[in-house]
Amino acid sequence: MSDSEFTYSEPASLAGLHTGEKMILNVGPSHPATHGVLRLKLELDGDMVLRVDPIVGQLHRGQEKLAENMTYNQFIPFTDRLDYLAPMANNIAFSQCVEKLAGIDVTPRCKAIRVICAELSRISSHLVGLAAYGMDAGSWTVFMYCYTQREKVMTLFEELTGARLTNSYSRIGGLFRDMPECWLGNVNAFLNQFLPALDEIDALITRNKIFIDRAAGIGIVDAKTAMQWGLTGANLRASGVASDLRKDVPYLGYEDYDFDIPIGVHGDCYDRWLVRIEEMRQSARIIRQAIEKMPDGPVNVSDPKITLPKKDGVLRDMEDLINNFVLVTQGPYIPEGEAYFEADNPKGALGFYIVSKGGGVPYRVKIRAPSFVSLSAMQELLPGHHMSDVAIILGSFDFVLGECDR
Amino acid sequence: MEAVSTAAIEGSAGAGAFLDALLAVLFSLLAVVVVMTFAGLSVVAERKVCAFIQGRYGPNRTAIPVVAAIPFFGNFLKKNGLMQLVADGLKFLLKEDPLPGHVNKFWYMVAPAMALSPVLIVACVIPFGVYWIDGQIYPMSVADIDISLLFALAVSALGVYGAIMAGWSSNSKFPYIGAMRASAEVISYEIAMALSVLPVVLWVGLSSQTPLSLFSIAQAQGNLWFCITQPVSALIFLVALFAETNRLPFDVAESETDLVSGYHTEYGSFKFGLFFVGEYGHIVVGSSLFITLFLGAWSPFPGLSWPESWGWISAVLSLLTFLLKIAAMLFFFIWVRWTLPRFRYDQVMSLGWKRLVPLALLNFAAYIIFMAI
Repeated sequence: MSDSEFTYSEPASLAGLHTGEKMILNVGPSHPATHGVLRLKLELDGDMVLRVDPIVGQLHRGQEKLAENMTYNQFIPFTDRLDYLAPMANNIAFSQCVEKLAGIDVTPRCKAIRVICAELSRISSHLVGLAAYGMDAGSWTVFMYCYTQREKVMTLFEELTGARLTNSYSRIGGLFRDMPECWLGNVNAFLNQFLPALDEIDALITRNKIFIDRAAGIGIVDAKTAMQWGLTGANLRASGVASDLRKDVPYLGYEDYDFDIPIGVHGDCYDRWLVRIEEMRQSARIIRQAIEKMPDGPVNVSDPKITLPKKDGVLRDMEDLINNFVLVTQGPYIPEGEAYFEADNPKGALGFYIVSKGGGVPYRVKIRAPSFVSLSAMQELLPGHHMSDVAIILGSFDFVLGECDR
Repeated sequence: MEAVSTAAIEGSAGAGAFLDALLAVLFSLLAVVVVMTFAGLSVVAERKVCAFIQGRYGPNRTAIPVVAAIPFFGNFLKKNGLMQLVADGLKFLLKEDPLPGHVNKFWYMVAPAMALSPVLIVACVIPFGVYWIDGQIYPMSVADIDISLLFALAVSALGVYGAIMAGWSSNSKFPYIGAMRASAEVISYEIAMALSVLPVVLWVGLSSQTPLSLFSIAQAQGNLWFCITQPVSALIFLVALFAETNRLPFDVAESETDLVSGYHTEYGSFKFGLFFVGEYGHIVVGSSLFITLFLGAWSPFPGLSWPESWGWISAVLSLLTFLLKIAAMLFFFIWVRWTLPRFRYDQVMSLGWKRLVPLALLNFAAYIIFMAI
């Protein structure tokens, strides 16, 4: 929204209370509270926010358009850059969508590894979310505690994929490679120390009177409004709606895992904090179960039109060499059609809508970014709050601008 | 004791003029050195203690070439981040000192000095220890005035002018909001702070002719520290002190999550350094006030004080005791900062006006009745 659209003569929306001179305050795009390159134009009356204009798009890279010019597998590294705090979950969501379109059913081992990766991503993303949230509340120690744990998840990802942040681990029809030896043991060891550490973070701030005063009763979104606004994931669950795509539309075999959906009661910032803390515990539960019943077998489907052949086969057999060449140059063959798939990502339901005209390149990709939806609620939610609450509310919704701006 | 007289003149009764001059210079140095050194050390302590609390190492690489080469000592300094102090100081000095075009230049330049000078002035009246000359007891302070408590409270409140000037002259919105918050906060907590000290003054007034003198208050705690006899006053004073010094959980004036860095957002280089030192100096001086009022000043334990018969050894020990207590208070400040989240601005205000002021009044009334009986 441009400056000219701002009308200074408009009466205050909170009638009666606020009659003072208004101040237009520009928060961002480089401001400590905005978690990225979000810009907020606040209209303030004293300390009260009367009006908010979130200005997004500073991180726009045209990802949807880029997708039309590359093969499906080539787009996977771009999904890393959507929600860069949970890249693995984005990889998996995109692969799942393409596989849904092509009617591919990945192997049980692949599913189990993907579940572990998605849940580790959830832990890692929620840790960053809570870290930033704690920092917004003024508690730097929470930030460091969360980041210490998150570094350990990053190290696990590094062992698995070779990259700490932009993992690009999944492929259409499988994974980049199988797990290294002992990796499951490392994951288990991580969980063994993570759960007590999470309790420590919980003990440090969750029952802190100052934190409760700051977060409880702030930014209340009731269940109906949350659904109207299209909130998903932890933000919706904090409003008291027990909606989780992992339960409602199970994918990756989530129906075989035993876990609970934590929901909030009031839908305020404090509930969003509690829900995220509990979701990490549930994720740990899921990972434990996945480790326990990790099936053997290949990680890739054995379809030469979808997954790359073995390297020694490429060197020895003509057929494999041709398949390898075609797959690399033209992409996996995806039949004509369209598919929409939503995965329950840490930030909410990340949806991919893919239209294919056949061949290895998508005709159109639409990304449904949960962060964009969360942010679009700010215009309704922030007015009537104190200026200091803006940071808390933004932190509680745990959005990431890479995904919002795409 | 006269109304206003320096310690040196006081001490001239029996000692030579040379000793007077020496003491005057020594105590002036003491005030500056204690405040500045502790302000500097608290910056290092802040980094090391917060690292300790957060499970990190903190600064342990900074080294001055020659000093670091000293076999054991150099490594000790390096590992404990003490050379970081020099690096921080040099950074403030050597960086470009920008003067933004949109500021009111005069007040913009005056503000940092205004933030630091009250701190140094207050340090003049704080008795950092005691010494004896011819059986007479004297405080180790630049000026021993009869109303030093009032003086300290009044002057330390002036520090907020630095914030107001900085916020206003920066001609920018974040500093402006920060300055408004700082002034409202400091003025509100000033009331609770003054009210919390009144019972102490009454108590001292029972035995002393000059109950408003910090020295008499410190002396009155020879038997029992006031934090034991007046715990509510001590608590209110401590909370108000946190608010006065703009420390977390009350640092709404420079809360980086909504105000970038509050009233000194537009400052850089040495001017920012002055704000920085002023802030820590304020903590040191505030802690000294708290120690003098409630923690028995130079008395090592409740009911104990250094005996006069030890002479100068006692004097040095009293100074060291005081400095140790300042260090402990600084640790407490840092500890609180890295443990608690931040209040919201209106919560700070309601805590000040709706909880602390009534509580302080009630406390005051209770002690009036108690002492009347």
